[in-house]
Amino acid sequence: MSSAEIAVSGTEQRSVIPTLKLGTFLLMLPLLLWLLLLIILPHVDLLIVSLREVLGYREYAFSLQNYAEFFTEPLYWNTFVRTAVMSILATIITLIVGFPVSYYIAKVMKGRKRNLLFIMCLIPFWVSELVRTFGWMILLRESGVLSSFIQWIGLVDGPVEFLYTDATLMVGLVYTSMLFMVVPLVSVLDTLDDSLIEAAYDLGGNTVSILREIVIPHAMPGIASGCIVVFMLTLGNYLTPTLLGGKDSLWFTEQIYNQFITRFNWESGSAFGFLLLFLSSAIVFVGLKLSRQTLADTVK
Amino acid sequence: MTTTKAILGLTAIAGVAFAGQAQAEELRLLTWGGYAPESVIEQFKAETGIDVKVTKSNNEDMISKLRATGGGGFDLAQPSQDRISAAQAEHRIYKAMDLSQIDGNQFIGSMLEATKGNTTYKGDVYGVPHVWGTSGLVLNTATASSVKDYTDLCNDAVAGKVSYRLKRPTLIGFAFSMGLDPFAAYDDKAKYQEIMGKVEEKLISCKPNVKTYWEGGDSLLNLVRSGEVVAAMAWDTGGWKLNNDNADVTFVAPKSGALGWIDTFVLPKKTKNEAGAYKWINFVMRPEIAAQITAAAGNFTASKGADQFAEDKLKAQFQASFPQADLDNIKWYPTVPPGLETIEGKVLDRVKAASSN
Repeated sequence: MSSAEIAVSGTEQRSVIPTLKLGTFLLMLPLLLWLLLLIILPHVDLLIVSLREVLGYREYAFSLQNYAEFFTEPLYWNTFVRTAVMSILATIITLIVGFPVSYYIAKVMKGRKRNLLFIMCLIPFWVSELVRTFGWMILLRESGVLSSFIQWIGLVDGPVEFLYTDATLMVGLVYTSMLFMVVPLVSVLDTLDDSLIEAAYDLGGNTVSILREIVIPHAMPGIASGCIVVFMLTLGNYLTPTLLGGKDSLWFTEQIYNQFITRFNWESGSAFGFLLLFLSSAIVFVGLKLSRQTLADTVK
Repeated sequence: MTTTKAILGLTAIAGVAFAGQAQAEELRLLTWGGYAPESVIEQFKAETGIDVKVTKSNNEDMISKLRATGGGGFDLAQPSQDRISAAQAEHRIYKAMDLSQIDGNQFIGSMLEATKGNTTYKGDVYGVPHVWGTSGLVLNTATASSVKDYTDLCNDAVAGKVSYRLKRPTLIGFAFSMGLDPFAAYDDKAKYQEIMGKVEEKLISCKPNVKTYWEGGDSLLNLVRSGEVVAAMAWDTGGWKLNNDNADVTFVAPKSGALGWIDTFVLPKKTKNEAGAYKWINFVMRPEIAAQITAAAGNFTASKGADQFAEDKLKAQFQASFPQADLDNIKWYPTVPPGLETIEGKVLDRVKAASSN
């Protein structure tokens, strides 16, 4: 878009525009095909499936029943609210934990030590999410490492179960999404000129006021994009809630999976999929409005 | 001269390629873990030259996979007998069996007839039996001897040390142990809904007792092996496997009756190697081959005379778990009519979402 505008304002506009358009088009072709064939077409199909009702064997009728069911059956609505609240909480905790880490990597550490720290954040992501989650299960289960350890040092008498609670689930979610918060924060904090912070100290600012007036406003686009990515990943996470969450935790993606795979109810599964898409987009939109950011800022 | 050579060379290459193609005949099998052991696949290949490509799955996954492709991608599948005619009516994913291609004498007669009856849709037979087994209770008899039936899993004696799946067998099992008969209500949706409502209440009130709802067989084995769970609802083979490591743990048929299932052979609608599929069915039903599958899967097959080849230990475990009275009391799953799975699904969701405190 912006290159086209530049071309318009340039002197050779007549000769440049057509070739530029064709070139751009060809360059964008793989992306466009990918979007069309793998994203848009399946979604259109899902939309059609979600708007029909099963009357009998191979008999369908147009209906909004699948969507209505989501709002009338408290079970589904509650599951969604629970999932959304937990995801927002996980995003906030990830931000609180991730911000000092990123600040340390971007501003305090220099050279090789900095790279080393950055790689240490990255290394856990070289193994698959499944393996990492099983790692947590080995640590936290009743006959696991942590339980044995606190028995050994004499804090408790019997084995303690840490798994299958919401707190465990939260630990797992935060751990899984940490990297996606740290990377945008580090890159945005890198662009903050050190001399601005020094000047602020010279002018009598203290740590809190500098953080509030200079560092956070500058890092806001990074915070917003990190939060969006973490929120979306957490909301769409299937593995961690299923394995760590235990008997009370019904996650919305699990609900969709159940509808598709174990109930053969593709109609309501598709409807739930769309509702998840719209409702999560709405939450992100509200979040951007509240923090006075625009989507364009976050991808800068 | 050179052209003749070139032509000869090309023919030779084409010949080799053709032979290679003929040799690479394959059978894509959609099945459960243990039903197609490596040794059996090798013997089959040596005898027929057909490569068997195995994809491990479960009932729901099989139907979903075949539904997504309209019955393509596989040449032979093995869903349970109660999940065939309804899936066929709704999704048209199977192809009728040509029973003349199958050697019926290799099957246990009663089981073959029952499966044929249950998998008939519009006059065509879609399935023949392969492996059968039951689900019931896996108990640590040293610490959970008080558990005699599914509802006993809610007793205080085993609080916090219980696990079961949130799947339809659990609903059916609890209904039977509460003195209800869900199978008799299969054709009466309102009645079935009422039964499931009672089961839902029971399962929610039982929830504080449950440590976790298990998902995969291996995770349950780990829970019982580590002693974190002492009583569970599970498959018979799981109990016998644990019995090999710890003599206290074994499979017990509940008082209200174990639930019996039969996994079958069916042809997906777009099967590309029907002849190979029949060859495989006739091959694995031979008693000595069936015994090898029993050894790998832990479950017995519908093959006549395969017991003689089965391991003594497994036979002893089976007889210990199933005295004659319990064997007669097995409740075999009838074909699931449409609509019931939606009712069950909502019950399961509500149980999962209910608070346990």
